[in-house]
Amino acid sequence: MLKFTDVHTHYGSIEALKGINIEVNEGEIVTLIGANGAGKTTTLMTMCGLPQASSGTVTFEGEDITKKPTDQIVSNGIAVSPEGRRIFSRMTVYENLQMGAITTDPKYFDEDLERVYKLFPRLQERLDQRGGTLSGGEQQMLAIGRALMARPRMLLLDEPSLGLAPLVVRQIFEIIKEINEKEKMTVFLVEQNAFHALKLAHRGYVLVNGEVTMSGTGEELLASKEVRAAYLEGGH
Amino acid sequence: MSVQNQKLDMLALLKEAGIAALIAAALALPLAGFKTFDLNGTLTVEPRFNHVLIAAVVVFFGRLLISIGQKTFLPPIGQAAGNTAGSIGHIINKNKTLLLVLLLAAAIIFPFSPMANRHSLDLAVYVLIYVMLGWGLNIVVGLAGLLDLGYVAFYAVGAYSYALLATTYDLSFWICLPMAGIFAASFGIILGFPVLRLRGDYLAIVTLGFGEIIRVILLNWYEFTGGPDGIASIPKPSFFGLAEFSKRGKDGLPPFHELMGIEYSSLNKFIFFYFLIMALALITNLFTLRIRKLPVGRAWEALREDETACRSLGINPTNTKLSAFAIGAMFAGFAGSFFATRQGFISPESFTFIESAIILAIVVLGGMGSQVGVVLASLLLVLGPEIFRELAEYRMLAFGGLMVLVMVWKPRGLLSNRAPTIRLHNEDPSEQGAAK
Repeated sequence: MLKFTDVHTHYGSIEALKGINIEVNEGEIVTLIGANGAGKTTTLMTMCGLPQASSGTVTFEGEDITKKPTDQIVSNGIAVSPEGRRIFSRMTVYENLQMGAITTDPKYFDEDLERVYKLFPRLQERLDQRGGTLSGGEQQMLAIGRALMARPRMLLLDEPSLGLAPLVVRQIFEIIKEINEKEKMTVFLVEQNAFHALKLAHRGYVLVNGEVTMSGTGEELLASKEVRAAYLEGGH
Repeated sequence: MSVQNQKLDMLALLKEAGIAALIAAALALPLAGFKTFDLNGTLTVEPRFNHVLIAAVVVFFGRLLISIGQKTFLPPIGQAAGNTAGSIGHIINKNKTLLLVLLLAAAIIFPFSPMANRHSLDLAVYVLIYVMLGWGLNIVVGLAGLLDLGYVAFYAVGAYSYALLATTYDLSFWICLPMAGIFAASFGIILGFPVLRLRGDYLAIVTLGFGEIIRVILLNWYEFTGGPDGIASIPKPSFFGLAEFSKRGKDGLPPFHELMGIEYSSLNKFIFFYFLIMALALITNLFTLRIRKLPVGRAWEALREDETACRSLGINPTNTKLSAFAIGAMFAGFAGSFFATRQGFISPESFTFIESAIILAIVVLGGMGSQVGVVLASLLLVLGPEIFRELAEYRMLAFGGLMVLVMVWKPRGLLSNRAPTIRLHNEDPSEQGAAK
């Protein structure tokens, strides 16, 4: 469904991605793990065309989206829940959800809203509250809910566990699983929290300094010595 | 705060005041310490150290007073004033509809009240022009969050479009008005297209430059704009093409008082102007209120909050900003053509940077994005200087002082609460948030 072929991305003269190959199939949860500065977010942003890849191709459902403008990529079947959540803090929860649906046909709005309410009953309780007054976990729910309002065929999540308490992280990951299983949503998950991400994902890639060093199923990677040493020591 | 801290440490205060006095003396020495005069054709310098001394002494006692004040009586006063302003704002927000109806009713009755005369009507029209410009700029600055320091350029484009179209082609106001809006909007797009990829400060600088460019072009393109001479005898609008406001009527139109069957009064024209600008301003306001509820308006507000998040939702930031810029410019164009027809004479003098600054000050002082705030701020900023006219040059000082006070006590503007565009339950969300 999504395919990175030998993608290089530069920030000025710095090469952030050094030729990566990643594939995400329909219905899968695929995770990309790595340390700070490994290029995880860059991979995700390259897919959205911000910045554009300097060489290599990114295809989505067989269509080359490498050079497309961001708004066209995102409004056509891909939705992003960006790093740091980035909800609109002065707008209410309802308005945030409305914003998520801004590129979709209004006739789906009520149906999509119901779907989001079902996944996140907490959001429904807080519809009139300003985004900025939500707790971290609720903000993350809102960010995911907002992304789902765009009726994507693929959901990109950038560090949904960032700054959340362990209990809340588990909750969020439960919901991601639910979205994947019930809605048949393809999920591409970029995470630092390797343990949770690999436990959840069908397959995973390990990114080190802009290169994919390992890939395999979630269980394989979880069992692998190198991954354990680099990302899981200290226990979770 | 403990009692210990509240005690005044006189020695430290004296020391602080002494340092301030020294700095003042050092600054005053080159600025006021010497006097040059002409002595038999040669330039001579005469020291006048008494001036330096005066400056130092004034600063010494002033600083001492402020320091003591800060520790004793100033904070409570400040807090009280801030709280009062805040609670007034809260009351205004609570009873918004009632207040608006009252305000509107007062505005409609005003021209027929005994208070209406040429001067007061003129002043009211003047205020309303700024209200309209404030509402127009509010779309750009308040909703879309684009800092535009050259808004007056679009106002100028509107004014000159009407003036030139009306004097050259003899077109009526009612045809020129929409055209002036379209011209101003196209200028907004022309300017916006290259510069809207800039953010924040950079955008502000470029718009500032654009404002000046327009003014300089108007000043120097003598054949087209009349340069510094401006354009004179700009025709007045007719009463919707039905009547004229002169005593006899002209161009085959009957005079207004005959059409209405009332007695002739020179005030009629001014009352008409008053209602015309009020209608234009209200259209701007209603348009803004309406568009906030539409996807494009929501996108503007979201863009102000977080541009990256907007991109991730599939919004094209350039087009969205461009639409805000163009629509804001269009309303400035309408206001501009009204200004031209009311004044009957325009020149580049009317479109200097200070106008942009005042309009922006109105929006910021009113609380970015607040429609009622704009009205209050226009009253304060436009009527204030008129009322304090007696104070002559101290007027700007009072004005500046007022702005500083607002910055200290209401740093986010008089009415800074953003109202949600849609409410689903009948609860106050701010209280709900506080209770959490």
